[in-house]
Amino acid sequence: MSEKFDLIVVGAGPAGTSCAFTAAKNGLKVLLIERGEFPGSKNVMGGILYRKQLEEIIPEFWKEAPIERPVVEQRFWFLDKESMVTTSYKGLEWGKEPYNNFTVLRAKFDKWFADKAVEQGALLINETVVTECIVEDGKVVGVRTDRPDGEVYADVVVLADGVNSLLAKQLGFHKEWKPNEVALTVMEVLKLPPKTINERFNVQDNQGVSVEMFGDATHGLLGTGFLYTNKDSINVGVGTTLSSMIKHKLKPHELLEHVKNHPMIQPYVEGGESQEYLAHLIPEGGYNTVPKLVGDGVIVTGDAAQFVNAIHREGSNMAMSSGKIAAETVMKAKETGDFSERSLDSYRTEIYDSFIGKDLKKYKDAAHTFEENPQYFKEYVPMMNQAMNTFFTVDGTPKWEKQKKIMKKMTAGRGKIGFAKDMYRAWKAVK
Amino acid sequence: MAKTLEDKQYLLRFNCDQKSHLEVLDHQVCATSCPDKDCTIFCPADVYKWEGDRMFVGYEGCHECGSCRIGCPHQNIKWEYPKGGHGIVFRLA
Repeated sequence: MSEKFDLIVVGAGPAGTSCAFTAAKNGLKVLLIERGEFPGSKNVMGGILYRKQLEEIIPEFWKEAPIERPVVEQRFWFLDKESMVTTSYKGLEWGKEPYNNFTVLRAKFDKWFADKAVEQGALLINETVVTECIVEDGKVVGVRTDRPDGEVYADVVVLADGVNSLLAKQLGFHKEWKPNEVALTVMEVLKLPPKTINERFNVQDNQGVSVEMFGDATHGLLGTGFLYTNKDSINVGVGTTLSSMIKHKLKPHELLEHVKNHPMIQPYVEGGESQEYLAHLIPEGGYNTVPKLVGDGVIVTGDAAQFVNAIHREGSNMAMSSGKIAAETVMKAKETGDFSERSLDSYRTEIYDSFIGKDLKKYKDAAHTFEENPQYFKEYVPMMNQAMNTFFTVDGTPKWEKQKKIMKKMTAGRGKIGFAKDMYRAWKAVK
Repeated sequence: MAKTLEDKQYLLRFNCDQKSHLEVLDHQVCATSCPDKDCTIFCPADVYKWEGDRMFVGYEGCHECGSCRIGCPHQNIKWEYPKGGHGIVFRLA
């Protein structure tokens, strides 16, 4: 493997494959390196794939991609121990072209997507770990792999090596992540007949539902549980920041059992046959932890760049857009033959001008605010539940009195000013 | 439905390497400076087990998530990816 490529992409996930696809389609000589047996075999996500960003790469991809169900309803559950307050949006327009988002199973989807990049002319090499970037005179000129004579050279190396990104760390682009900058998430795929899924979630064959759960799903810790419908299975999972797991001595698989057995969730998963158990980290440091994105001969994309909007569970879409922008940057640089940091820097400015940079900025304080102020998940979610219970339980108490009682309860812990401050702080963190 | 971690791990396919990709750098640190041994709790696959005097590393069941590397309070875990094509093989999600 001593030949030289225009572009080496490390990692065949959404970011890497989008980059390889776009570059190969535009005539670049691209090598895509994947450490797994096949693309997808190491990759995990809850399961929501957004339409817009992939459509910009492969128009009408849903006609051939292995998607599970288009999501027509997004539910949000605020759980207490034996109750929940819910809100949701269901729109049938999401069930028709061009759709909004889909559930997918990544091992199937990523494999299909990487094959599309290969169709465009990218060379895909599986079962190969990139052990380090080859740096000459401060410039990345290629990669060293764990294959014999495994050095390969290119004008540019795009790092799409996922949340751990040992390669960007090796280059000094970021320090080791802190436990509060990553979320440890575990999930199970449960097989259920499509008919059962349709009945339980009140949908038809080609309609899916996503459920995000807060509060008791994570014992009131910063994090979420989720339930997504595939064609003939459902994904049930839960995650919190690694720091919360450590602080509260939680065993992830026990937290998952807690979710599966929660009285509000159990009826949805009952009788499901476990097919797979998966653990993965999600980069949730947000705007303030985005590493150095560009160097001489190198660009960082996707999870490796911490491009995740945890509040809106968006990640794979940001990965795809960043991969595409990286490819376009390399194509431009090729015209001038200048692959220096200065030349590639338009990647960074384009990222920050796009929805990626803007959305990360919008929520830059959100994770920190909710981590530092545990009362939102720990206290206010149970309070919401109690308030609804009080208001809707008919016991002869006049409604005005009930309202007063609820307000008193809401402000009992922190006082009226404390309550107002909490509300303002939460609004400020997401405004 | 899988209840225990053993049930869950049994669902998975691993193409194990002969050599561990995880290494405790200094076993003395686990023994003397780390009373909580958090890795034995938060690892989603129970890879780390304290055996009274030594940390046992069952790398064969590792999900390669990276939590132990980040979460070890003493940065005492050398963490690499398994050799290409080895380690966990997810078939679905």
